[in-house]
Amino acid sequence: MSKMHLKLTVNGQAEELRVEPRELLIHVLREKLNITGPHIGCETSHCGACTVEMNGKSVKSCTVFAAQADGAEVTTIEGLSPLGEMNVLQNAFREHHGLQCGFCTPGMITRAHRLLQENPTPTAEEVRFGMAGNLCRCTGYQNIVKAILAAASEMNAAKEAAE
Amino acid sequence: MNDQTPTRVERSAKLKGLGVSRKRVEDVRFTQGKGNYVDDIKMPGMLFGDFVRSPYAHARIKSINIDAAMALPGVIAVLTAKDLEPLGLHWMPTLAGDKQMVLADGKVLFQGQEVAFVVAENRYINADAIDLVEVEYEELPVLTDAKVAMAPDAPVLREDLAGQESGAHGKRKHHNHIFLWEIGDEAATDEVIANADVVAEETVYYHRTHPCPLETCGCVASMDKVNGKLTLFGTFQAPHVVRTVASLLSGIEEHNIRVVSPDIGGGFGNKVGVYPGYVCSIVASIVTGRPVKWVEDRMDNLMATAFARDYWMKGRISATKDGRITGLHCHVTADHGAFDACADPTKFPAGFMSICTGSYDIPVAYLGVDGVYTNKAPGGVSYRCSFRVTEAAYFIERMIEVLAIKLNMDAAELRRINFIRKEQFPYDSALGWEYDSGDYHTAWEKALKAVDYDGLRKEQAERVAAFKRGETRKLLGVGLSFFTEIVGAGPVKNCDILGMGMFDSCEIRIHPTGSAIARLGTISQGQGHATTFAQILASEIGISADSITIEEGDTDTAPYGLGTYGSRSTPVAGAAAAMAGRKIRAKAQMIAAYLLEVHDGDLEWDIDRFVVKGAPEQFKTMTEIAYASYHQEIPGVEPGLEAVSYYDPPNMTYPFGAYICVMEIDVDTGVHEIRHFYALDDCGTRINPMIIEGQVHGGATEAYAIAMGQELAYDEIGNVKTGTLMDFFLPTSWETPTYTTDFTETPSPHHPIGAKGVGESPNVGGVPAFSNAVHDAFRPFGLKQSHMPHDQWRIWTIANDLGLHG
Repeated sequence: MSKMHLKLTVNGQAEELRVEPRELLIHVLREKLNITGPHIGCETSHCGACTVEMNGKSVKSCTVFAAQADGAEVTTIEGLSPLGEMNVLQNAFREHHGLQCGFCTPGMITRAHRLLQENPTPTAEEVRFGMAGNLCRCTGYQNIVKAILAAASEMNAAKEAAE
Repeated sequence: MNDQTPTRVERSAKLKGLGVSRKRVEDVRFTQGKGNYVDDIKMPGMLFGDFVRSPYAHARIKSINIDAAMALPGVIAVLTAKDLEPLGLHWMPTLAGDKQMVLADGKVLFQGQEVAFVVAENRYINADAIDLVEVEYEELPVLTDAKVAMAPDAPVLREDLAGQESGAHGKRKHHNHIFLWEIGDEAATDEVIANADVVAEETVYYHRTHPCPLETCGCVASMDKVNGKLTLFGTFQAPHVVRTVASLLSGIEEHNIRVVSPDIGGGFGNKVGVYPGYVCSIVASIVTGRPVKWVEDRMDNLMATAFARDYWMKGRISATKDGRITGLHCHVTADHGAFDACADPTKFPAGFMSICTGSYDIPVAYLGVDGVYTNKAPGGVSYRCSFRVTEAAYFIERMIEVLAIKLNMDAAELRRINFIRKEQFPYDSALGWEYDSGDYHTAWEKALKAVDYDGLRKEQAERVAAFKRGETRKLLGVGLSFFTEIVGAGPVKNCDILGMGMFDSCEIRIHPTGSAIARLGTISQGQGHATTFAQILASEIGISADSITIEEGDTDTAPYGLGTYGSRSTPVAGAAAAMAGRKIRAKAQMIAAYLLEVHDGDLEWDIDRFVVKGAPEQFKTMTEIAYASYHQEIPGVEPGLEAVSYYDPPNMTYPFGAYICVMEIDVDTGVHEIRHFYALDDCGTRINPMIIEGQVHGGATEAYAIAMGQELAYDEIGNVKTGTLMDFFLPTSWETPTYTTDFTETPSPHHPIGAKGVGESPNVGGVPAFSNAVHDAFRPFGLKQSHMPHDQWRIWTIANDLGLHG
C-alpha cells in the first residue's frame, strides 16, 4: 500500500515519518515512535486507554487515523510532566489510590488533565460525566473521582496563591 | 552507635509495616506511562501473529486454502492443525484434565475458535492475510443450551471422545457429559427435606459472563536457536505453571525456558488459562527463528478466552417452621463449553462450589454437579473469586431469600438465626470444609445498624403503600448478602494444578547496607504486591518497607510458585513471606547474640532490633546485623543473610462479610438507582487499609456489572451477541455507585500473620446484594426468582409480568 508523508509534533518534539493512509494514530505512537504510555484496550473507542490530546482536545487514538494527525500537536501521558517528575494530577492519583493495574491510568490522567482545563472547578458529578469515556476495571472510579477533585483544588489553590 | 533517640513509635512508623495505608510504589511508574505491559515489548525482528477464527459455532472444516495469504508480501507463515500435528501440538491438555484443539482439527466447536495462525511482518499485513485464508465450512447443528445437552438426540459435539466412557473425573453418562461431581450425603439430605416443616425450591441461574480485564491476553515468544533458550513474555497469572506446561508440551527442558509476566493490566481470572495463542506463538518463533507477538483484540478476548460462571443451580432448602434450616440440596448443570478448560485445582472439577452451605449452620447437605459440553467457548475461570465461590454464594443467598418468602419471615432475621455461631469455630461444614474463624453475628449487627435496617423496612412498607395508592412509580429494594469465602488454595494434600501442589514461595536477600530484595512465586495484576508484601516483611524483619524491593513474575529469578488467582497471594505467598522473614530473624538473632556477647536466649525482638533482656541500652539493629553478616567472621554462622520459604498452608482461609444494597427501581422504565451500598469485610489481619478499600470498590463494581447488565450472550445458532464493549457491559464512572466500606477483624488462626485475603470478597458478596435488592423491591408483589443480569429490559419485564403496568 502506498505511503504518505506525515508531520506532527508529539510531546513538543517534531516528528516526520511515512505511514500507510489506514494506519491508526495509536499504532504510530506505540510502534513507530515508541511512546507506549497510551494503551490499546478495545480498538472501538469505548475504553479510553488510548486517550491522547490532539490540538487541545481529548481523542481516542485507536480511532484516529495517523493521517488525521498531520500537522497536529499531540500530547500523551509522557508529555504531561518532565521525565521522573509527577505533576499535581499524577500525585493525586497516587495519593488517593486512583489506580491499581495501571493499564487505564495513562489515558485516564490524560483525559483528566484536559477535563480540568475545560472545567477547572468541577463537581463530583461533572467529573463522573466528564470521565465517562474512560473505563477502569479495577478501582470502581470512586478514588479516581476523589483524586481529580483533589488535584483541582490543589491547582486552584496554587493559582490563587500566584495571583 | 547505639543511638536510642528515635522512640519506639517513631521506629515503628518508619517501617511502614502491617496496618499502614502505605502509598503504592507501583504508582510512580504507572502514573507516568512507564508501565511495561506485554504489548509494550518490542524485540528486533519481531513478527506479529493472529488467528483466522471460525464464524460458526459448530461446523466441519472441508478445506483450508492458504495460498492467497502466503502470496501476500510480508506474510511469513500460516499455520494450521496439519502443521502442528507432526509436533503433537494440534491438541493440548487443559487444566481440567480434558484436551483442547490448538487449531481446528477437522471441525470447529464454538464461534471464534482458532482455525489458522497467520504470522506476518506487522499487524496490518496480518489482518489482510487473515482475510485471504479461505476456509470451507459445513454447518452442523448447534447446542447452546446446557439444559438440553444431555437429551438423547442432542448433537454429538466431541467426536474425539467417542467410546470414552469415563473422563478425568469419573464416568460419563452421555456423549455431551463431562463429569458428575458429588459431595455430601444425598440420601440423608433427601430424607430431612422430605420430612421438613417447610421446603423452598428454586432454580437459580448464574449467567455466563467474562472477566474482561482492560488489557487483553497476549505474549511474545522468542526462541534463541543459538543457545536453545525459549523466552516467553506474557499475560500470565501463573508464570511458573506456564513454564512447566510449555516444557511438557514442547519437549524443551525446563531450564531452557524463561517465562516472564511483565506488568499485567488486570487479570480477574482471564489470565490463568493456557491458550492456543501462546502455543502458536512458541511454535511460530521456533519455525521462523524470530520473536513472535500475539495480542488478542477485544472481540477475540470476549469470544475465545476464559468465560466465567454459566451454572444452572437447582436448589431445595428445608427448615423448621420457626426458621431453623435443616437441610440443603443442590444440583448444578454446568455449561463448560466445547472443551473442559476450567481452571480449578485438579481434584475439584466444580471448584469450591461445595462452600454453598454459606455462612449457615446446616446439618446435612448434598451437592451434585454435572459438567456438560456445549457449542460455546471453553474457559470456566474464577472471575474475581476463588474457584466457583461466587456461584456458591449467589446460590445460597438466593435460597435464603426464597426460604424467607416461604416462611413469611424477614430475611435478615432468617440469616441471624442460622449463622454459624462464634463459639462453633473451627466449624466443620456438612460438605467437608473446616471454616477457620468467624464472628458473623457481630458483623451482621454492625451492618444492619449502619444502614438503619429497621428504618429501611419501614420506609419500604410506606413506599409500597404509596405505590398502591398511585402516588409513586418507584419501588425500594433492600438487598441483603452475607457471604463466606474459601480462598488461599491450598494445602498440597488436596490442592494441585496439573499435579503441582498449590504452595507458594518467598526468597529474601538482605543487602550489606540493610536494604533488601524479596522475590515471590506470585504476580500482581493491580493488587499492589510490591507495596504490601514489603509491608509484611517490614514488620517481620525490621527493615523499612521503603528499603525492600519486591520482584515477581520472572521464572529465572523468582522461586517456584503457583501464581495469583483465587485470592491466594496473601494467604499463601504472604505467609511464605512472613515465614522467610522469621528465618532471617532467627539467623539475625544468632549474629546479634555474638555481637553483644550474650546467649541468644537473652535477646528479645523489638521492632527493628534485638535488645538484651533487661538492658534496653544494649541492642543491635537489623541494619547493623546485616552489615556484620557480610563483614565479620561469626563462628558457626555462614556469611550473608538470606532465606527462602515454601509455604504449604495447613488450611484455606475463610474471609466473610456483610453487604447491603439499597436500590430505587422505576417500575415503568426498569431504570435503577443505587441509593446506598454498604460493604463490611472481615479479611482477618489488615495489611494495607487503603488497598483493601480500593479492592472492595473495584470488586463491588465488577459485581454491579455482573448483576445489573454484564453478560456473555449467545443466540440459538451460537453467535456471540456481546462481543464488543458496545454490548458487553462495563460500567463507566457515570453509572457506577459510590460505596461505604467498613470492617471487622477476625484473624485467621493458622496464617502466620492472621491475614485471609480480600481481593475477591466484594464480587462474591456484591452480586447477591445487588440481585437481592432487585428481588426485594418486587417481593411485596409476589416475585420469587428472576435471573440476572437485571438490565432495564429484564426489570421492566418483571414489573410487566407482575401486572404492575396496569
